[in-house]
Amino acid sequence: MRLHTTLFICLALVGLSTNSYAKSQAFVGATIIPIDGPQIQNGTLLIEDGKITAVGARDKVRIPRGTDIVELSAEQVIMPGIVDSHSHIGEVSGADRSHPIQPETRAYDSINIRSSGFKRALSGGITSANIMPGSGHLISGQTVYVKLRDGNGIDELVYRNEDGSVAGGLKMANGTNSLRASPFPGTRAKSAALVRAQYIKAQEYAAKMANDDADKRPARDLGMETLAQVMSGDRTVHFHSHRHDDMLTAIRLRDEFGFNMVLHHTSEAWRIADEIAAAKVPVSMILLDSPGGKLETMELANKNAVALENAGAVVAFHTDDGVTDSRYFLRMAAMGIRAGMSEEAALLGLTQVGADMLDIGDRTGSLTPGKDADFVILSGKPFSVYTRVQQTWVEGQKRFDIQDPEDKLIAEGGFNALSDDDGGGHVHHFEEHAGHGAVQ
Amino acid sequence: MNFSLNLRQIKRSTIALLVMAIALFSSTTFAQDLLVKAERLYIGTGEMIENGAVLIKDGKIAQVGSASSIRVGDDVEVIEVAVATPGLIDARSTVGLSGAKNQPHDQDQLERSAAIQPELRAIDAYNPRETLVEWLREHGVTTVHTGHGPGEVVSGQTLISKTAGNTVTQSVIKPSFGLSATLGPDATRHDRSTPGNRSKAVALLRAELQKAKEYKAKLDNGEEQARDLGLEAFAAALSGDMPIVIEVHRHHDIMTAMRLAEEFGFKLILSGASEAYLLIDEILAAKVPVIIHPTMMRSYGGNGKQHASFTTAARLVEAGVEVALQSGYEGYVPKVRVVLFEAAMTLGHGLDFNQALHLITMAPAKMLGIDNRVGSLEVGKDADIALFNGDPFEYTTNVVGTIIDGERVSNTVR
Repeated sequence: MRLHTTLFICLALVGLSTNSYAKSQAFVGATIIPIDGPQIQNGTLLIEDGKITAVGARDKVRIPRGTDIVELSAEQVIMPGIVDSHSHIGEVSGADRSHPIQPETRAYDSINIRSSGFKRALSGGITSANIMPGSGHLISGQTVYVKLRDGNGIDELVYRNEDGSVAGGLKMANGTNSLRASPFPGTRAKSAALVRAQYIKAQEYAAKMANDDADKRPARDLGMETLAQVMSGDRTVHFHSHRHDDMLTAIRLRDEFGFNMVLHHTSEAWRIADEIAAAKVPVSMILLDSPGGKLETMELANKNAVALENAGAVVAFHTDDGVTDSRYFLRMAAMGIRAGMSEEAALLGLTQVGADMLDIGDRTGSLTPGKDADFVILSGKPFSVYTRVQQTWVEGQKRFDIQDPEDKLIAEGGFNALSDDDGGGHVHHFEEHAGHGAVQ
Repeated sequence: MNFSLNLRQIKRSTIALLVMAIALFSSTTFAQDLLVKAERLYIGTGEMIENGAVLIKDGKIAQVGSASSIRVGDDVEVIEVAVATPGLIDARSTVGLSGAKNQPHDQDQLERSAAIQPELRAIDAYNPRETLVEWLREHGVTTVHTGHGPGEVVSGQTLISKTAGNTVTQSVIKPSFGLSATLGPDATRHDRSTPGNRSKAVALLRAELQKAKEYKAKLDNGEEQARDLGLEAFAAALSGDMPIVIEVHRHHDIMTAMRLAEEFGFKLILSGASEAYLLIDEILAAKVPVIIHPTMMRSYGGNGKQHASFTTAARLVEAGVEVALQSGYEGYVPKVRVVLFEAAMTLGHGLDFNQALHLITMAPAKMLGIDNRVGSLEVGKDADIALFNGDPFEYTTNVVGTIIDGERVSNTVR
């Protein structure tokens, strides 16, 4: 019986590897932007069993016998799968309206992977995403790092830490979004005080949990446990912050409690670019077509990207989907270039830098041999309005193909293209507020 | 006292206001003669002149042609750019009423006290110094059709304005262009008990239009009646002087809008129209112009927007429907869209360069009835020009300046 089972598993594995992954595949002839090195004209990308095995000029890469060869044109571009360091796809939720601090809530427990948001992301070339709860809380819950591979449940899509636990960060926010009626804070100082008090509690909790005598440890507290993970550096804080002073407050909190932290949105980063660079805090940035929509984004500017680049800060981009649509994420980096950012930094901001922020930079983010075969085939230059995403590959599997009518419908929109609940749960909430004049 | 006012009087007073506005405007902004030279000069009629030039005198276009054919004296200021196009036109917006801050005090695009208020005039709320008006101006948008927004069955009147000028009197082109209306779920998403659904919204609107019909009949017969500002506005719509711009997204709401237009004989302009691609034959047959939603409109909300397509503009244009693009209304960040970017998104989705440019220049000029003044770089028209350092639609190109009525109103690089 045991033997049969083993045999069956072996057969299943053989079946899996032949069905899901062609033994090896070579994509030849396109311009390759590997990110970890200079662009390659007329290049070859070789993949096998879901991993990248070789990248280089066509005449330099040896293609093994039996390899499937995909011929591409010189106009086409292959770049790494895009990493979205801040997204709200999958109808994600976290904290509810009962309290401003809810680190025990997990995005992981809320995500609908069949929401068309996942397909929209793939059609925009995104292969990895940090899916986050909203920003209406000081601490709105645990985020989850997801690979957009095929699967029937979120468990099949999540990145995992070395111990097998689900990889993700903690969403925090300051500024106006979390200023509401009690028990939410009414001012910025109160916001910071509430957060500090909670982390101090968590420090005490962690100290007690470290007691050698198990009987003297306190009862397990899911929220405290999460904050303890943050302070031990095991869970990165993704801190929503717009105004210059709010970002400095976030850095001050980081320094007091020893977080790993990424600043998100950062509308006024151009005002404190030197401080951000000196604090060595990475920035996950959004660029938008106009300022405003709330007070703290009045000074949002596309020059943010170049200001931080010039200051030597680390910059990635994010969609904040549904604030912007994952289907045209490439465009956002182009808007950074429009305001003066270098093309090189813009490409990094879509790939390796975002991956590093999620601690998945050794798995994805560049076309480096040994990394997952996550890549995108574009019809032309990445930052041209005339360019379309043609194919998106995740771990050696084609997950989006513009030639497939169903995929094309998602990419272009149309009747029944998107599921009813797709997109902007987070934004919708604030729009509703704005409509009633209740936004702070 | 006689409160009656016939339509001819309304029209006459509107024209008088317009003439006064133009007179005031021109007298304060007579600019120096200006020559704009562009390596690629897009006229707006589909024609492109390589190394072209536009000579501007007294705020109007005096000459257009190849740069070598236009000779000017030393006193003429010369601007040289890579690309110039006609000033861009935003066919439907709420800028100037829906402010950037999104705070109660700067949100004048929607009055929630009643479902039908055609008497509300955009000119009484339009703030020409609003941040977002400046934002559009800096992106080459020189004319905007703006005013009360979607969200109530009839939310008020719209106006057409240039994006420069310190007062609405200086900037306005048409003080009252049309009525802003909404059908479908967006019109019933409010805190009141009524209208609570589609049928009720339409019933309320039909009842008002019926009243307006009777009001108009009395006006036409010269009968005395108490003046009613709302019915007066509706009467202008029924007589064809004021189109009703109806925001609709679902296919059956589009059909409802066209049914109402047929019943009451008003001039209909569809706005938004996410599912217009399902009804191309019907829209063509009814000869209804469509101001398509921003290409990048957020496609959620359960009112049909989730069926929006990046290819709608291309499909309607190909079928021969009269189409223009809009910035629309945004309730959150980003607070306004820019038609330059929205038109850019139609490239790669079925439209070519000239078609995309048309949607934000001549097409809206014609649809708004202002093509005698704006929309193309032709002799005699207002000197409204957008300046670029490359292909206007490429994301990585900058708008480097904007000229309105012959005056350089923006030097900001965007």
